[in-house]
Amino acid sequence: MVYVPHTDEERRQMLAAIGVEDLAALFADVPAQYRYPALGLPEPASEMEIAQELHEIAASNLNAYEVPMFLGAGAYRHWVPAVVDAIISRGEFATAYTPYQPEVSQGTLQAIFEFQSLICDLTGMEVANASHYDGATATAEAVIQALNVFRLKRTQVVVAPTVHPLYRQVIRTYTQGMGLQIVGDDDLTASLEQVVARVDKNTACLVLQSPNFFGELEALDGLADRVHQQGDGTLLAVATNPISLGLFTPPGALGADIVMGEGQPLGLGLNFGGPYLGFYATREQYVRQLAGRLAGETVDAEGQRAFVLTLTTREQHIRREKATSNICTNQGLMMLAATVYLSALGKQGLRKIAELNYHKAHYAAREIDALEGFSVVHTRPFFNEFVVRCPAPVAEINDFLLNEYFLEIIGGYDLGRDYPQLENHMLVAVTEMNSREEIDDFVAALAEFDAHHAAGGEHHG
Amino acid sequence: MVEPLIYELSAPGREGVKPPKLDVPPSELPTELLRADLPLPEVSEVDVVRHFTRLSQLNYAIDKGMYPLGSCTMKYNPKINEVAARLSGFTGLHPLQDPGTAQGALFLMYHLQEYLKAIGGFAGVTLQPAAGAQGELTGVLIMRAYQHFRGETQRDLILVPDSAHGTNPATTNMSGLHVVQIPSDERGNVDLAALRAQLCDRVVGLMITNPNTLGLFEEHIQEVVELIHSCGGLVYGDGANMNALMGVMRPGDLGIDVMHFNLHKTFSTPHGGGGPGSGPVGVAAHLVDFLPGPVVVQLEDEDEDFFIYDFVMPPQSIGPVKAFWGQFGMLVRAYTYIRMLGDAGLRQAAEHAVLNANYLLSQIKGVYPLPYDRVCKHEFVVEGRLQAAPDVRALDIAKRLIDYGVHPPTNYFPLIVHEALMIEPTETESKQSLDAYAEILRKIAEEAATAPELLHEAPHNTPVRRLDEVRAARKPVLRYQREP
Repeated sequence: MVYVPHTDEERRQMLAAIGVEDLAALFADVPAQYRYPALGLPEPASEMEIAQELHEIAASNLNAYEVPMFLGAGAYRHWVPAVVDAIISRGEFATAYTPYQPEVSQGTLQAIFEFQSLICDLTGMEVANASHYDGATATAEAVIQALNVFRLKRTQVVVAPTVHPLYRQVIRTYTQGMGLQIVGDDDLTASLEQVVARVDKNTACLVLQSPNFFGELEALDGLADRVHQQGDGTLLAVATNPISLGLFTPPGALGADIVMGEGQPLGLGLNFGGPYLGFYATREQYVRQLAGRLAGETVDAEGQRAFVLTLTTREQHIRREKATSNICTNQGLMMLAATVYLSALGKQGLRKIAELNYHKAHYAAREIDALEGFSVVHTRPFFNEFVVRCPAPVAEINDFLLNEYFLEIIGGYDLGRDYPQLENHMLVAVTEMNSREEIDDFVAALAEFDAHHAAGGEHHG
Repeated sequence: MVEPLIYELSAPGREGVKPPKLDVPPSELPTELLRADLPLPEVSEVDVVRHFTRLSQLNYAIDKGMYPLGSCTMKYNPKINEVAARLSGFTGLHPLQDPGTAQGALFLMYHLQEYLKAIGGFAGVTLQPAAGAQGELTGVLIMRAYQHFRGETQRDLILVPDSAHGTNPATTNMSGLHVVQIPSDERGNVDLAALRAQLCDRVVGLMITNPNTLGLFEEHIQEVVELIHSCGGLVYGDGANMNALMGVMRPGDLGIDVMHFNLHKTFSTPHGGGGPGSGPVGVAAHLVDFLPGPVVVQLEDEDEDFFIYDFVMPPQSIGPVKAFWGQFGMLVRAYTYIRMLGDAGLRQAAEHAVLNANYLLSQIKGVYPLPYDRVCKHEFVVEGRLQAAPDVRALDIAKRLIDYGVHPPTNYFPLIVHEALMIEPTETESKQSLDAYAEILRKIAEEAATAPELLHEAPHNTPVRRLDEVRAARKPVLRYQREP
């Protein structure tokens, strides 16, 4: 498009109205020696040319929706119903901003209110905010909320090693200036029991994930009470997979104080890691320590129901240096996508999707476990992801699956990258998108790898 | 007029999108772990489409008209951006798939890093931060890490002008540092004497927005930068207002050490009703090693006949600020925009953003009080209080603008101006739409004097009237309440 709509004549009229000679006169206060640098950007492209260029760039990538894929580790290939994109593509949603003027933003505000309600219902919690950037930052914000509940008097946080490695890193990035001790994952082999044992009266919160990074549901029953007691009020924060909540008792019903997680599975596509969605819910008693935006119900001057951003006195633009989180923009359009997704699938649909994930993952696990060189390792029930002990380095197997087998297959995640004790262990994810045929192909490919491997074959092409 | 909640459209047993059939033998479910009830709505796909379409129609948006929300840069969001970001070769990429199978995505990210380096005058860029506020956090953590790396661990102060966005002091607090507020002088610049008085070996750095939130270029910016550097501090540039400077001046050339870009402001990615944003951070050479990551690097292959791209974690990195690589879909849109504008187009955009702001200002000057009468940059601030109408406030003017079918400016910010109305028209508005907006503002000033109740009761023609915000805050209802 032509990005500036001005005609030459209009520009002349406008400059005359301002009372300057030319455009340069508007920049007289910019230091002269730095004015108008050559940027050296490529020659501008027309819309047609850039469309062709980007088509080419995109086509050089391997689209994970077009090949059998068993990679998860925090981002999952799920079906995105057509209604999701139809709604979030609407300019009235996409090209609006934060609803500062509620009279002309009821669409966005009501959608936030519905999202908050859906997240509360899904997680079993009492109050949810309008979202964070992703699951990792939502987890870091949970830690910060807990610190604030104790008015920054407590300086220890316990994090299980079974929490997503990136979430654990982002907690550390966010809190590096706060003088905390973050313990629990200092021993990457620690059991849940050993992790919980670290909770003491200086612990602001215990952070768990369930299903955890390895796909297993943590033993949450009775845990919240124990943590509250042992730590004299220590909060329990649980990251979770929202699709799994279609099937399993939510952490909120088991006494968790904060439930958060990555909302990407709720209709967001893979998008090479973003934009995603951090969902976040807590107990009503902590609403003042909750970061992020909140939509609330009220009435207008004529008494009809309406929605508005509320409790803004918690936020940075009011509290400034007293604010405990600097978040302002959230993931508005991604929050809308999740709202549409949960509405379109609804009570029955989400349960069915969760069951499909469960059954297909367990079918794949059984088939893989039956192979000679491979075994499935788990001690707790799992959802749609599980750990496979492999006969060779995972990188080698994945290279075989992708490049040497007659099909291109994207294998699972190499756990040895984050857990030294899990070298040669692959994290395999299976969703409703994996047909039986894909699973069978994957299993056959692993069997073929094993046959070559056992025979001492080399797989490097 | 009231649109029901999605829950209120629900009927037991109704289904929307149909999941596929199970094609593998089922496994036993762990019954003790299953939830008793899943209280989600039960609606059809038609219900969903109509409900959210009706909701969308209650919104104002750039696609409907002028949206001069100061400091938010609500420029038109080109439709080709949306086509680009929805290419299946982008949307279908798993963030952890082998980078060898995502070379196109890494190519795009590498070149966007390079473009932002060129536009900002920086030695390194990270694309990871998810929004402007996260870019700020990234920048402040980088400054802190740099000072610690040099052994200057006693440094714990961040200087922040009083005109700054609220995120600046909030970010400082989040980083475990302390804010020292610097007042503005009578021309809207940082007060140099006040700044000098705070210089010491406890200063981590200064956060400065230039042009500042009054829309004014800091007239002593070079001196400010030199003063901060002279005490061993670093200068953080808040890039929220970069739309005034693209192709006109590079903050890095001025000695700004670190700055975030707002792709959702300057580089035309849509605001989405409040996100997703994207806040890449650029840094000078001495800070490149501290960037969050990983960042994308370009390597020559063994035969040196083509490039390969890979992720690398900078050696002294402050760590990742979010999972994975950044808001990739927003990066595709910004890349598309920059490729379509090039050097000349970006400069033209900045020049016309400034032209539009100054023109609109010229059309309402004398009608609304102007606290700082200077050539502005991409935005300006007037006072929403009129001598002829002492009871009328900025809020009333904002609400009356809505009646005329346009979006109000930002109000009550910056805090240092009484009854502030902060107006940023952006370069994508034509003279016609600016003339129409000025006409409305003049008419409202007249109404304020002759019929102030029109303003006090505004808006009149909207889906809902003024809201009871006190009630919302006093007794918060933050979720759907089921009938008992």
